[in-house]
Amino acid sequence: MRFDASVTRGSEYGSLDDAELVGRCRAGDEGAWRELVERFSRYVFAICVQAYRLPEPDAEDVFQDVFARVYERLGQLRSDEAVRPWIAQLTRNCCVDRLRRGARVEPSDGIEEGEADEQLEQLEEAWAVRQLLAELSENCRDILDRFFARDQSYRTIAEELGLPPGTIASRISRCLAQLRERAEGRIDAPASSGGRSR
Amino acid sequence: MNPLDEHRLAALLRRLPPAPEAWVKAAQELPLVRGRLEEIVARAEADAEFRRALVADLEQALAQAGYEPDRALVAALRGRLAED
Repeated sequence: MRFDASVTRGSEYGSLDDAELVGRCRAGDEGAWRELVERFSRYVFAICVQAYRLPEPDAEDVFQDVFARVYERLGQLRSDEAVRPWIAQLTRNCCVDRLRRGARVEPSDGIEEGEADEQLEQLEEAWAVRQLLAELSENCRDILDRFFARDQSYRTIAEELGLPPGTIASRISRCLAQLRERAEGRIDAPASSGGRSR
Repeated sequence: MNPLDEHRLAALLRRLPPAPEAWVKAAQELPLVRGRLEEIVARAEADAEFRRALVADLEQALAQAGYEPDRALVAALRGRLAED
């Protein structure tokens, strides 16, 4: 896979679905690769630190190993729309290898049998919710992500977005209600990937 | 996802925080280190001692060989060495 920044210009990558993005990466589009890493970085990170409870230095090694393998093996992916399950499997394998090899630091309290699977199922649900989040307005996406995923305070959000602090809670509530409306009838089980997500 | 209420949605949104920015940046820069990566892999294939040094202590071996052991390069190389 060779990348050429001239293949694609502009900021259209975020609107590409997973399969289109993989295709652009294969065509050597460096911007597409950056988007692919950005798109799946939270997911890989969460598998490392939540499902397998890797300490940060080990999680960082695994995170980088996963994307290095994705980069090297993208040409072997049989179904472009299945890139997320493929990345998930690579991440799980890397985490298990790391734990078996004897990580630099042991997980703080070990992993019970089946616990990682349970955590992975919850991450599937979380991923499905993030896909719905991508359907909301830019303002709603931003404020929900800042408050819930980035754990920013009302004050920080207000300062960074230039909004009156007293309006933040009501905006979050309104956006969360919109998200719930989107989710109703659409998510009742862990969903598979294949579409755009940010 | 059952029950599907706003508390549940909030909890699920919290499950996917951003990865550390430096980690993401290093992974995004993988294409930029490709040239150095191929050079080092070729050298490791031709020089068993260099390969052993890489496996023993990647960062140190790279530094001693005159390569800047930045995150992206180390990660890519670790992946390649693991495959072999």
